[in-house]
Amino acid sequence: MTVVSPAVAADPAVRRRRRAGAAGSSTGWAFLAPFMIVFLLVFIAPIIYAIYLSLFRDQLIGGSVFVGLDNYLVAAQDGNFWAGLTRVSLFLAVQVPIMLFLSLLAALALDSGRLYGSSFFRLSIFLPYAVPAVVATLMWGFMYGTRFGLVGNINDSLGVNLPDPLSPDLILASIANIVTWEFVGYNMIIFYAALRVISPSLYEAAAIDGASQLRVIAHIKLPAIRGAMVVAAIFSIIGSFQLFNEPSILQTLAPNAITSSFTPNLYAYSLSFSGGQYNYAAAVAIIMGVITMIIAYAVQLRGIRKDGQS
Amino acid sequence: MKQLTGRTCTGTAAFAISALALSACGGSEETTETDAALEEGGTITVWAWEPTLEQVAEAFEAENEGVTVDLVNVGTGDEHYTNLQNAMRAGSGLPDVAQVEYFAIPQYILGESLMDLSEFGADEYAEDTFTDGPWGSVTFGGEGIYGIPMDSGPIALFYNEDVFDEHGVEVPETWEEYEEAARQFREADDDVYITSDQGDAGQVTTMVWQAGGTPFSTEGTDVTVNLTEDEGTAQWAEYWQPFIDDELIMPVAGWTDEWYQALGDGSIASLTIGAWMPANLESAVPDGEGSWRVAPLPQWEAGDSQTAEQGGSSLAIPEGAENAELAYEFMEFAGVGDGVQERLDAGAFPATLEDLQSDDFINREYEYFGGQQINQVLSESAQNVAEGWEYLPFQGYAHSVFNDTVGQAYEGQATLEEGLSDWEDDLEAYGRDQGFDIAE
Repeated sequence: MTVVSPAVAADPAVRRRRRAGAAGSSTGWAFLAPFMIVFLLVFIAPIIYAIYLSLFRDQLIGGSVFVGLDNYLVAAQDGNFWAGLTRVSLFLAVQVPIMLFLSLLAALALDSGRLYGSSFFRLSIFLPYAVPAVVATLMWGFMYGTRFGLVGNINDSLGVNLPDPLSPDLILASIANIVTWEFVGYNMIIFYAALRVISPSLYEAAAIDGASQLRVIAHIKLPAIRGAMVVAAIFSIIGSFQLFNEPSILQTLAPNAITSSFTPNLYAYSLSFSGGQYNYAAAVAIIMGVITMIIAYAVQLRGIRKDGQS
Repeated sequence: MKQLTGRTCTGTAAFAISALALSACGGSEETTETDAALEEGGTITVWAWEPTLEQVAEAFEAENEGVTVDLVNVGTGDEHYTNLQNAMRAGSGLPDVAQVEYFAIPQYILGESLMDLSEFGADEYAEDTFTDGPWGSVTFGGEGIYGIPMDSGPIALFYNEDVFDEHGVEVPETWEEYEEAARQFREADDDVYITSDQGDAGQVTTMVWQAGGTPFSTEGTDVTVNLTEDEGTAQWAEYWQPFIDDELIMPVAGWTDEWYQALGDGSIASLTIGAWMPANLESAVPDGEGSWRVAPLPQWEAGDSQTAEQGGSSLAIPEGAENAELAYEFMEFAGVGDGVQERLDAGAFPATLEDLQSDDFINREYEYFGGQQINQVLSESAQNVAEGWEYLPFQGYAHSVFNDTVGQAYEGQATLEEGLSDWEDDLEAYGRDQGFDIAE
């Protein structure tokens, strides 16, 4: 991951290897070739192709013409695109903190060593991550049903009238709920792994000093896993901007609440596969990619700087 | 063309056209290009999701030695078209035969992606072979023949007789009675609705079609989208708005798990839907066995019998297909030849007039429908499809943005009229973007 690359670069072993390469041996390149070929083919080539595509406009009547940056200008003024982006930004601002906080709580609880049957909890909290997103969404879709689903059953048996989770007002929260359920376990494992590598001597020192558990958390555990938190945050930000599976599957259940431009990814998908606007979809995808990169990079910079201060 | 049965030759079609067809009827030894392909044998790839084609493919292989049909399901609906579109764009990996729904044909014709089947002699079916709706769809205003109709979906009123009886509601014959029935159900039982609707483009276009509307028309590259002033469209919107406002319809989207459950437990009392529905009901709504019946579609004026089509597919040959001659033979077999019977036996609803009128088909009793001879109603509907309907050359796109616009009316965010107006704006903008001349 890019977040660890500065550390790698500082590794003396890496510097040594670099010097060996500079000495003129082509053997290194030969060893690197299989990776480079695959890397160029599956990573760089599609991006270049997408950029190439985004410079044209293919019409049912008139065929394909070069339009330069026209697609980007159209996207800049496309209300559907910006509405989708605003929606995922809202999602990001609300769902990601909640999810990471819950993950952190779970990880700290597991790490505290006071939890009875901790491996059971660890596994069961992680389990939703092992369920494919498509299956998870279908499952939640059934539960959200106000007629025959879980919500409907609760309404019937308790005589209450819960609001419809698939209505336009609540659909985003309902999706946030699914995503949180799916990814709390995954983030918990990242945090938990980071907590496990903290040297026990720090805890011993804290115990000798008479520090309370809360102080241990605040001054030892949290600072020690800051790196892991930055990584988890970056993954979550990317995940939010790429929101697709959940809305795409729930769309059949709530066709009016989830429009074809509900998230930027869904919009790009609809543009290319329902509308045949591959070129414009490519432009939208690239703009989204750039925005995601900028925000992820900003978070990373901020995370590292604080890391340095502590 | 030995696989053609005699009936094709007795029709006027045989006299109306080329010597080619005449010679076929005479059973002469003369062979055509496509016959030669059949003799030679080979392999064709067919992309389709229609399940009854499996039997057709087997029968075709059994009848013609040396011919292999590679039937591939590359997805249903959108997914299928995505793959097809990609293969067409790439110009490679094309199937020899592709299933194409009627509404999707125009966009492929405009993209010059489908072969004109006239060159294989398909014009022998121009008259009295297929019902008007499907044939009109594959001929696209008479400029050519771009597909062989495979099935059709004339609509009718499918209703749950037990539910109607239980609440003492009469089966409606007019739309006025239908609304009355809808209100009766709501008063009688909080859980029962006359039907469900969450905004379905296919359903709306069908209802507008029946009302005599023609909101879409295309001539060359001139496209007219007229959802705001078209009378049929307005008539439907005005009629349906109270169903939303007064909550007369169950707010559940079609083809979902909840929808099937509601069909099974009687909380949806009826459906206005295509003739391909029986097979779906039988397989997905087993609880409804014995309860469902089919009645003619309610009418705007008592005594009328005007209907419309919903769905249905043709088989077409993509431009650039490797084995077009053999492909055409297969399509003929599946659409008008012996393959039709195979498909009927498997529960398909044909587009061929002869089969629609055959005693065997019309008098078949369906256990699921309490022994009712449902094909009497459905065949009748097939012959009363309103004329003049056209789809847009980008109907697939139109369907995909329907819920963004008209669908909002179902959430109370707009009226149907406003939704239709937004839909029109969206379609006009898309049409312009795609290089069409959009009439104001």
